[in-house]
Amino acid sequence: MSGQPTYQPKSAIMKWIERRLPIGGLIYSSFIVYPTPRNLNYWWTFGGILAFVLMVQIVTGIVLAMHYTPHVDYAFNSVEHIMRNVNYGWLLRYVHANGASMFFLAAYIHMFRGMYYGSYKEPRELLWILGVILLLLMIVTGFMGYVLPWGQMSFWAATVITNLFSAIPGVGEAIVTWLWGGYAVGNPTLNRFYALHYLLPFVIAGVVGLHIWALHVVGQNNPTGIEPKSEQDTVAFTPYATIKDLFLMIVFCIVFAWFVFYMPNYLGHPDNYIPANPAVTPPHIVPEWYYLPFYAILRAIPDKLLGVVALVASIGILAFLPWLDTSRVRSANYRPLYRQFFWIFVLVCIGLGWLGAKPAEGGYVIAARILTAYYFIHFLVILPLLGMFEKTKPLPNSISESILTPARAGTAS
Amino acid sequence: MLHKILAAFLALTLLGPAAGLAADAPPPPRQKWSFWGPFGVYDQAQLQRGFKVYREVCATCHSLSLVSFRNLGEPGALGYTEAQVRQIASEYQIKDGPNEQGEMFERPGRPADRFPPAPRFPTGTPPDLSVIAKARTYERGFPWFVFDAITQYQEQGVDYMVAYLTGFEDKPPQGVTIAQGLYYNKYFPGFATSMPKPMQLYTNAVTYDDGTPTSPEQYARDVAAFLMWAAEPHLVARKRIGLQVMVFLIVFAGLLYFTKKRVWSNVKVPA
Repeated sequence: MSGQPTYQPKSAIMKWIERRLPIGGLIYSSFIVYPTPRNLNYWWTFGGILAFVLMVQIVTGIVLAMHYTPHVDYAFNSVEHIMRNVNYGWLLRYVHANGASMFFLAAYIHMFRGMYYGSYKEPRELLWILGVILLLLMIVTGFMGYVLPWGQMSFWAATVITNLFSAIPGVGEAIVTWLWGGYAVGNPTLNRFYALHYLLPFVIAGVVGLHIWALHVVGQNNPTGIEPKSEQDTVAFTPYATIKDLFLMIVFCIVFAWFVFYMPNYLGHPDNYIPANPAVTPPHIVPEWYYLPFYAILRAIPDKLLGVVALVASIGILAFLPWLDTSRVRSANYRPLYRQFFWIFVLVCIGLGWLGAKPAEGGYVIAARILTAYYFIHFLVILPLLGMFEKTKPLPNSISESILTPARAGTAS
Repeated sequence: MLHKILAAFLALTLLGPAAGLAADAPPPPRQKWSFWGPFGVYDQAQLQRGFKVYREVCATCHSLSLVSFRNLGEPGALGYTEAQVRQIASEYQIKDGPNEQGEMFERPGRPADRFPPAPRFPTGTPPDLSVIAKARTYERGFPWFVFDAITQYQEQGVDYMVAYLTGFEDKPPQGVTIAQGLYYNKYFPGFATSMPKPMQLYTNAVTYDDGTPTSPEQYARDVAAFLMWAAEPHLVARKRIGLQVMVFLIVFAGLLYFTKKRVWSNVKVPA
């Protein structure tokens, strides 16, 4: 970014370091003077919240790993050992288990914000795609973490999800055996899931690095969806964005703490307090809440292979969003029709989530099929057509103009 | 347009499937629990009574393998002194060994020991009760589960256990047939449970030392509370620390809000 001040080390030590490794300059340009649009609302604070939750998950996870035993005979009891005998073990485990939910909650808000304001559009396509990769990594990591306590839901979730690969024609069965490390979900499966659950968060952290790098190249989108044109349109990252991010992060922590201290098992399934038993299938195998929309899509399709294809496509289609949305206008504030379809889409996702928790029978299946069809129609039909036919509202000339003449600014979200 | 779609959406997802639901066990009655809510603590007298019911009735068949005797005297637990914990532990025979002759032997329990395993049954092992209070629930359904997150109602497990323990009936109602070796319980999903009616709870067989009047409901509530403690022994500390964390976070958030306002005071932003 031209025109912004550069880092001038003051102490001799910092001067010595800066000549050899300009890390002070990197931090200064990325997190101090970095210009952020002045009109960002609180929906833009969830990126920082996500980075915070990732750190919480890694720190609590590493300490939990010091006390956990990845063996089918000991895993369940070692988790209970953490809950009962490790100092503040209950706190570590409840923060980690609810932290996964908070991670997904923040990620979904972050994604819906990107969808509402068209943050995926040129030149932010790669930034968005890196985000989709992060979602995929989160899904895999969260799933493997859920298997580790080796309760009934752990075991049966592992069985159901790994079995999805058997739908692949020809090589499916071989792949499943390879994933399991045996002929059923067992000790080798638990061991490798543990190893991968420890590894993947660091892969996530790496991709987060790329995500932030890409963000700092193209700059943040903003509620108007038009690029900052002058210094009047932006404010420095510090103190403006940092204090705002920190405030909402603490508000988010209040919600987080509510679950950890008062409702620690609300988001979990009681069956996971029953030790895994391959001989007893639970009446309803249900994933954690954050997978429910995808689970509903999987079950809505009567054919196993096509169901898996739909499941993968429901996430994969997000990567093509920058090209499926043909509108030149980014922000839904200036797209009256898209705004309505956006909220319908949000409701459809919530509806799919609700249906994912219901047994796959009767009216639930029909409803899940309709909503699944709508999910894909939103991306494949509505978004391409809207860009061609929608009459958008006139855009302001600049961010500062949208603030100073509020009559022309779009309705606040 | 949006309203029409919304209405259709609600009709589809909420009303459509409800028509096909089969009748099942009634929801368990709500109980009052001392450990509910942000200030919840265990009622020590209730836990002690519940422990007595567990020892004299449930322990005949059910183990409590994750709980140690020392847990009984820990803060926020049953309130026993160290001497009382030693006394309780010594009343149990614990298998230990091998000794110098290579033999297993039995000795009186010590506070560090866990509760001994329950006897084995040829028909299958009754579930261990260590975390049973968190492993049982009943479905709340929409919209109640949303309200539960706000009212902090998460005692579904203990409510269910009280209902289950008092829900045995000798004769199943008309039209319900119970297979040989199973027993009718009106709160059990599917009504046929493999646990026989715990007769001691229905015949005032457990004497309370503190003079609390006995009844099947009283026994059930007390033992359910005890099992909640067994499943969540650090609940009292969790809620106490939780309150401190909440107060800190709310004050901190308030201060940050005004700091943020001050910092942004020279920048005009959208209303």
